[in-house]
Formats: sequence, C-alpha cells, structure tokens
Amino acid sequence: MVELEGTKLSEKEIETLPGVIYYKPFTRYKFTAGYAVSVFLEGLKRGKIVGSICRRCGRVYVPPRSYCEYCLKPTDEFIELPDRGEISTAVISYISAKRGRLEKPEFVGVIRLETPGYREGSYEFAGLFHKICGITEEDVKTGKAIGMKVKARWRPPEERAGSILDIECFEPIGGGED
Amino acid sequence: MRTNIHVKDRVAVVGAGLTLFRRRMLETPQELAAAAARMALDEAGLTLEDIDCVVTGTAPDAFDGVHFNGEYLGDGSGAVGKSMVRVYVGGGTGVMIPVAAWWHVASGKCRTVLAVGEEKMSPALPHPQYVFAYIWDPILERPLEPNLIWIFAMEMRRYMAKCGGKKEDIALVSVKNKRNALDHPAAQVAGNITVEDVLNSETLVWPVNRLDISPVSDGAAAMVLASEREARRITDNPVYVEGIGWTLDNTHWYNRDLYYPRYVEYAARMAYKMAGIEKPIKEIDVAEPYDPFDYKELHHLEGLQLAPRCGAWKLLKDGFYDRDGELPSSPSGGLLGVGNPIAAAGVMKTIEIYWQLAGKAGARQVKKEVYRGVAQAWGDLMQVGTVIVLGR
Repeated sequence: MVELEGTKLSEKEIETLPGVIYYKPFTRYKFTAGYAVSVFLEGLKRGKIVGSICRRCGRVYVPPRSYCEYCLKPTDEFIELPDRGEISTAVISYISAKRGRLEKPEFVGVIRLETPGYREGSYEFAGLFHKICGITEEDVKTGKAIGMKVKARWRPPEERAGSILDIECFEPIGGGED
Repeated sequence: MRTNIHVKDRVAVVGAGLTLFRRRMLETPQELAAAAARMALDEAGLTLEDIDCVVTGTAPDAFDGVHFNGEYLGDGSGAVGKSMVRVYVGGGTGVMIPVAAWWHVASGKCRTVLAVGEEKMSPALPHPQYVFAYIWDPILERPLEPNLIWIFAMEMRRYMAKCGGKKEDIALVSVKNKRNALDHPAAQVAGNITVEDVLNSETLVWPVNRLDISPVSDGAAAMVLASEREARRITDNPVYVEGIGWTLDNTHWYNRDLYYPRYVEYAARMAYKMAGIEKPIKEIDVAEPYDPFDYKELHHLEGLQLAPRCGAWKLLKDGFYDRDGELPSSPSGGLLGVGNPIAAAGVMKTIEIYWQLAGKAGARQVKKEVYRGVAQAWGDLMQVGTVIVLGR
C-alpha cells in the first residue's frame, strides 16, 4: 500500500508539544422565536398546539411557519390541532447531551400529530420532536411503541413559560395498553 | 436519455491524493490540505502553476475553531493568487467539492481545478460531539438537550420499523466496511469484526451502538479536475464526471417520514438524468454511498435507487454489495472503516470511484469490470443530498 502523510498523536502526546493553546470562546446569544413560532409558544402556554395552514397547497405546518415552504407565500391562518397523535419513531437514550452516561435512560422520538384532512402515512406531516414517557425499553425494542397513540402531558398552567418544555412529554393514551 | 446540457468542456478527474485519517494529528489544517493536494498534483503529473482555480470545503468552522475556515485553508490548498471558493453543505460538503469543481471547468472559467476537502475535528474539547450541539434549532430543539446521536437513532429505528431490517442485519454494513478498509492506506478503524462485536459494543442510543458509528477524524483529501482537452494531455484513459446532482430538504426533519431520504433520490435522479442513466441498479457498477452510520449506507443505497425501497438490507445479506459482489458498495471501507474527517471523507469516497474506474484501486479493486460509479454524501438535519457519477 502507498504510504500517506500525516502524524498520528495520542491524547497524552499532545500535551508534550510546543505551542499547544487552550482556548474557550466567549459567545452568548439571544434568539427570537420569530413571528410564527411565537404564536406557537403562546399556544403552548394555553395548552394548545397551534399550526399554520397554506390554503393554496393545503399543507398544515406544526411547528407553524409564517410562509409556505412550497409556495413561499404567507400561510393563511393559524389553526389549533388536537394534542395527540402517534409515535413515528422512538429511541432510548443512554447518554446525555454531552455524551455522559445517564443513570436512567430517556425516551425521545417524533410524534406525528393527528391532522384533520391529512392522509395516513403521508411522507410529510405536522409533528413534533419531543420526549416520550410511559413507554418501556421493551416497547421501543420490539417496535410496539411505533404507531402507538399518544397525547401531550402538559405542565400545570402556572408552570408554563411559553416554551417547548410546556409539554412535559407525550404519553400513551390509556396507559399504553391497547 | 442524456439531457441536453450545454457545457463548454467535458470534465475529467486526473489526480487524487489523501493524508492518513486519524483521531488526532500533529499537522495543522493547512498542512493536511497541502499534503493531500501535493499527492493529487503528483498523480496528475502537474505542478501548482498548472492549476487555474481552487475549490475547498470543510464542515462547521467550530471544529477547527477558526471562522472563515475556507480562506484559512486557502494557502495550504494552493489557492494563493487564484480564484478560490469554499463550499459548505454540512456532511454533504465532501461530494459538493468535486461537484463545484465540475461547474468551474464545465463553464469554461477554469481549465484545471484543485479540489480539496479537509477536516480537523480533534481540537474541540472535551469531545467534538459538543460542537454538534449548535446545529439544533435554538427555540424548539435545544431546550430538549438533544444529543446528535438521537436523530440518527430515530432515523434508524424508523427504517427498521418500516423496512423490517434488524440490528444484526444493519451491523453487516459495519462489518463489511471495516473489512474493506483493511486495504485502504488512509484507514483509521479497519478491522475484521463480527456482527456480535457491533451488537456487544456500548449502546449509546438504542438502536445505535458504538460500532454502528464512524469515528472522529482528522484528515484531508484532494482531487485535480481538468477540461477534456487538458485531460487528454495527461492521460490516455480519462475518467469523466458524467453527472452531478444536489438537493436540499426542509430543516424540520421531524415533519418527514425518516425511513427514506427523498433528498438523496432527487439528487441522484438529477445526476443520472445528466449521465443518461435509466436503470441505476443495472448501469452503476460500483458505489460509494455515505456511511457515517451503518444504516445510513442502506438508506442511501435506496435513495440512490441502487436497491428497491426497504430492500437494501436484504441484498446486503446476500453479498450483493461486497467487493466481489454484483454492485460493490463502499469498497474503500467508507467512513466506518477509513474514518470520517467530514469534508475530506466525501472527497475520499469520490476518489475511490475515480481510482476504481482508473484501475488504480490496488488491493481494493473490485472484481468486476467497472465503467460507471457513483459517490454520494448527505448532510445537515436529514436535508442535503450530493451525488456525483463518474464514468470512463
């Protein structure tokens, strides 16, 4: 095999090199949610899931968009959707955001929301990425969780802040049993 | 039927070069780029004076920790005093680099282009994984404190649910690619492993285990592309770029059924149409689909129309995609075996197709005669498809 250039280092070796610099950037941000998502977050505060609809192509967006991604014209109105749907996919996380091992595994997934006028099994759908509770590792591994009907578990109204975390998680309707 | 694309010049690949791919390397990004670029020029028998334009690519600046990383890389990529542009479409960047090099030449603007992909992921502390925290939507996703692997696990779970493949079926991709990589000179994590090794490795986010994933890498890869006229002076048997395609899907990945990458299909159809390919699975001889995760190779083979929908894992089991199979897939060893310095990895995949078609792949040369091959990369939040078809 041809010999390629490049000098491999171990983690320790790096410390012995001249000119190794540790650097921590200082950057902070303040993000605005924008027009459509602000309405969505206000809705969460009231315990409602708000989407937007484009009457030209019929698409329903959750989270709402202020413009249609396919027509680029402003969406026509905000609509309320039921706070329930089915699990499109669900996984079991044994690690934290920073790669540390979690003591108790966490369930997360994609919820396909029940959307009036939408065909079942459409490639695109109104949906949310969120935590899932009330399911077991077994449910995820066997696939029982996929397609399971779920409903939003809301934080008490006084605790809601207009955040995606106003929904604690999505949980099976009727305790996960058929 | 070939589409009627008006180009000033046909475009050929005439040289390629790589550095080692390793977890941590001494060299700076520029030094890595220069080493790969030198090797590519040497293979083409050219010097930097013969190069008109330069295309570079790296993934998010946050890995190298330097903004304007494209310009930063420029002098190591031979760009001083020349037209230079950096392209960036997330993980799709690696294949976007030769795609952009194509239009530089095809337009007639440049006769020769040096196309360089580089990534140095190792500086980010305590782990490059942290850098990925900034790709999520700040309002609706970051509050959930996601780990990047979540999204892949969700996609893999959806693929399994819809298509029926099990973890052990998917692990075969990792086994195949790490084995293929034993013959690759840049390889970082080549090896003879078994399906059990994959299943027994640490479960990070079920269904994803550690050996389902490609490693963190430093490395560079470079290509020289030239107009047909220039290429004819360099070689009697040029390998041509026959098709290119790239598309973007929306940022709201959770508003789509993750079992199938339609953005790869759109990009592939664009490239096949240009190349006059009607039945990809019959007309493509060798493929390098993007494989940062093992299921991703299957996902992408389906998007590339090199398997029936949901059928890639079955064909894989039959040996269809082995190096001596009917449609060798990732004969290089892919990202799972060779390593994943993001932008360099996609270039490495394109280079493998070039070397396969030029008969220069050495021990990795696939058994069958090859006339046409495809390389593909994917990027961002299940969004970007980049595809290039080479032929001789």
